[in-house]
Amino acid sequence: MDKKKYQILVKKHCPKENRLLNGLVAFLVGGFMGIIGQFLIDFYKNTFSLSQNYSSALMIITLIFISCLLTSLGFFDKLVEHAKCGLIIPITGFAHSMMSASIDYKKEGLVTGIGSNMFKLAGSVIVYGVVSSYFFGLIRYLISGGMA
Amino acid sequence: MIYLNAFIFAGLICLIGQIILDNTKLTPGHITSLFVVIGSFLDNFSIYDKVVKWAGGGALVPITSFGHLLSHGAFANIKDDGIFSLFMGMFDLTSSGIVAAIIFSFVFSLIFKAKD
Repeated sequence: MDKKKYQILVKKHCPKENRLLNGLVAFLVGGFMGIIGQFLIDFYKNTFSLSQNYSSALMIITLIFISCLLTSLGFFDKLVEHAKCGLIIPITGFAHSMMSASIDYKKEGLVTGIGSNMFKLAGSVIVYGVVSSYFFGLIRYLISGGMA
Repeated sequence: MIYLNAFIFAGLICLIGQIILDNTKLTPGHITSLFVVIGSFLDNFSIYDKVVKWAGGGALVPITSFGHLLSHGAFANIKDDGIFSLFMGMFDLTSSGIVAAIIFSFVFSLIFKAKD
């Protein structure tokens, strides 16, 4: 069997990913995460009578806590497998990448394992966030002449 | 009503991410980095502030809000501090999320073992 035929055969038997279904699941899960976020903000605002800023910071912390806990218990990878971008794009994906990196490298020690590998996956988010914010801010500052 | 807006906005962001993931060779790391840059750009002309007003928590949950908060914090004290505000205020608003992620990851990785 030559190579071309083999590739066609492989393609035929590979499980076909249903892009429409993937998109729909990502939309529904992501939207549900948005609803949870808004619900938590309202909950903190009404129960503890906090300001908008405090309750949204608490909402982010709560979501990060839940995502770290589920990751360390081993559930989150299975959830991501089904929900895909619905859980990667929200802040839960950021926490998940840090948690899984630090727990995977735990056996290499506290400093060389956890300490230096924690930002292995999440580092790019922080780096590109800071770099782009810095240059956008610089351009804005120069255009507006310091008046913002 | 704000719950519906939150659902639509957060869902749309995730749908766009999923479409990029399915149709290109980019990894989730590329997509989250891209979305942070987009969020940080949308802070200009306070576009993202309007979105937050419209969609509430739905706009704060996706990773785009991380970029928006970085930009927003960096530019908050620009009138008093001038250009140094970009250095001093960058992490003002996002530090709660980063610190929480570091603390929880560290503590949980001490407690739990990796699942294979």
